Amino acid sequence: MGKYIEMIRIRFLMMLAYRTNYYSGILIYSINIGAYYFLWSAIYGNKGEIEGLSVIQMTTYIAVAWMARAFYFNNIDREIAQEIKEGKVAVEFIRPYHYLMMKTMQGLGEGIFRLSFFSIPGMFIVSLIFPIEFSAAASTWLFFTLAIILSFIVNTQINLLTGVLTFFFFNNDGLIRAKRVVIDLFSGLLLPISFYPGWAQQVMDFLPFQAISYIPSMIFTEGFQGAAVYEALLFQVVWAAILIIPIQALWIIAKKQLIVQGG
Amino acid sequence: MEKVIDVQSLRKDFKSHSSRSGLKGAFRDLFTRNYKVISAVKDISFTVNEGEMVGYIGENGAGKSTSIKMLTGILTPTSGTVRVNGMDPHKEREKFVRSIGVVFGQRSQLWWDIAVQESFRLLKKVYNVPDDVYNEHMNHVIESLDIGPLLDKPVRKLSLGQRMRCELAAALLHNPKLLFLDEPTIGLDVLVKLKIRNFLKEINEKYKTTILLTTHDLTDIEALCDRVVMLDEGQIIYDGKLAKLRSNWGEGKQIEFQFGEDVNKEKLVPLLNELEAEWTIGDRPNVFVANVVNEEHVISEVIGRVVAAHRITDIKIHEISTEEIIRNIYEEGMLNG
Repeated sequence: MGKYIEMIRIRFLMMLAYRTNYYSGILIYSINIGAYYFLWSAIYGNKGEIEGLSVIQMTTYIAVAWMARAFYFNNIDREIAQEIKEGKVAVEFIRPYHYLMMKTMQGLGEGIFRLSFFSIPGMFIVSLIFPIEFSAAASTWLFFTLAIILSFIVNTQINLLTGVLTFFFFNNDGLIRAKRVVIDLFSGLLLPISFYPGWAQQVMDFLPFQAISYIPSMIFTEGFQGAAVYEALLFQVVWAAILIIPIQALWIIAKKQLIVQGG
Repeated sequence: MEKVIDVQSLRKDFKSHSSRSGLKGAFRDLFTRNYKVISAVKDISFTVNEGEMVGYIGENGAGKSTSIKMLTGILTPTSGTVRVNGMDPHKEREKFVRSIGVVFGQRSQLWWDIAVQESFRLLKKVYNVPDDVYNEHMNHVIESLDIGPLLDKPVRKLSLGQRMRCELAAALLHNPKLLFLDEPTIGLDVLVKLKIRNFLKEINEKYKTTILLTTHDLTDIEALCDRVVMLDEGQIIYDGKLAKLRSNWGEGKQIEFQFGEDVNKEKLVPLLNELEAEWTIGDRPNVFVANVVNEEHVISEVIGRVVAAHRITDIKIHEISTEEIIRNIYEEGMLNG
């Protein structure tokens, strides 16, 4: 286990080595939150609530969704694809660890870095500018913490899946880009799932994406109450478990027919 | 003696698709593709004993890298068996890789953006090296490779020679029994090369580390390896002592004459009558090379006759280099020894 924790630390150091990325990230996220705030204020107009969410809940939803994204979001699919393309994955195979586990830990290191140096101070600043409601209930915070950990797991698994597919396609930039759009759209980052038409909501119940953004944000804004919270967490846990199967299967096949490119 | 590497009729086939020509062909390629099977390694067998330093040589595309990748468990063989350190590299991967060290000259295994010592620290955790063992072993390695002052610099700021020494230290961090070096001295200057060679000799003596070295620089092989395994088109064409290779193929010397007057081959040929020697034309005007057998009286006789008959301005005696021997072998294909 020590090696995986050490990897988180290394990733932390790597993030510190690239400070410019970090500052530009803060700027991009602030612009996004601001833009969505004004968009939603315009849509709400004089209406008290839409689909059960008040305008303040909506603003909170947007702010939390973006701040949670800083934690769960990572580029490990792109990194895996690049390491495969450059043949660097050969070096990873001569190390006594599980490559995908190590990648996950790198993602986690990145997530913890952004959560502590970016989301928490960012949230504080955003709460000074926009009207945002924080829950006082300890249980909400507890459930939210659980939910974002699970959303990190589900999102990372989807990234691993897209990354490992590079073993079979060799060049899958298109797939990676498509995956990114699908996640932003279907995870509830841009629009809460409850705003989609009924049939679309039903379809999305069978897809893992809402586990990534919609569920933690709804828990934080207390859009989910009582049993709905448990159901939502169960949804995340089930998907986290299901996704292990295709990843492991693809990984085993990939290892068998691995061709190291460029050498 | 214990066998460290035991390879029996190892084979690797790659399936590669060939593109059809033209626009029409490109469209057809979208739906069906032509595949061609290429054998990179064709049924090779060899063994390496503990403490040996083996040079693994061959032209580009001879199958060196492919076979090294199978030995390290990166690639799965199409057929044949590989036992390295008593294990199957692919099946017991995690346990197996703890017992080997690998340096790929063209690929860094250190983390690019962070200080060298952070990479070492991570590798120490990865290989579960206890503190006291690490300190004793690594202090020695760091000192011999003279990388102490580099430890707090990020890898991207190191020069190639500095980086290579750090790579070597990283590969030896867990003190592996077997070390694979894939072109470790590529692009390095003479001083760094010497330092690396001396270091490799030292660890080979101290820990009985077995070393398998691939390189295009034959001086590395001459300096380090007693034994060479030579590959050509996926097959082993020579496996044995370097000295034997030299004596079979490198018999004889070359005497290069720079003449002070215009000469031609017809004038020179009679001089070598009844001697085991022949002329080749040199690379400059009025330079001729006499290829002679390595025997005192022949060499003196050739020089004596030439000097008596013509005026010369310069004379050099060369021994045939390993490089030339190997070039000859590749050009002529198979080995007769």
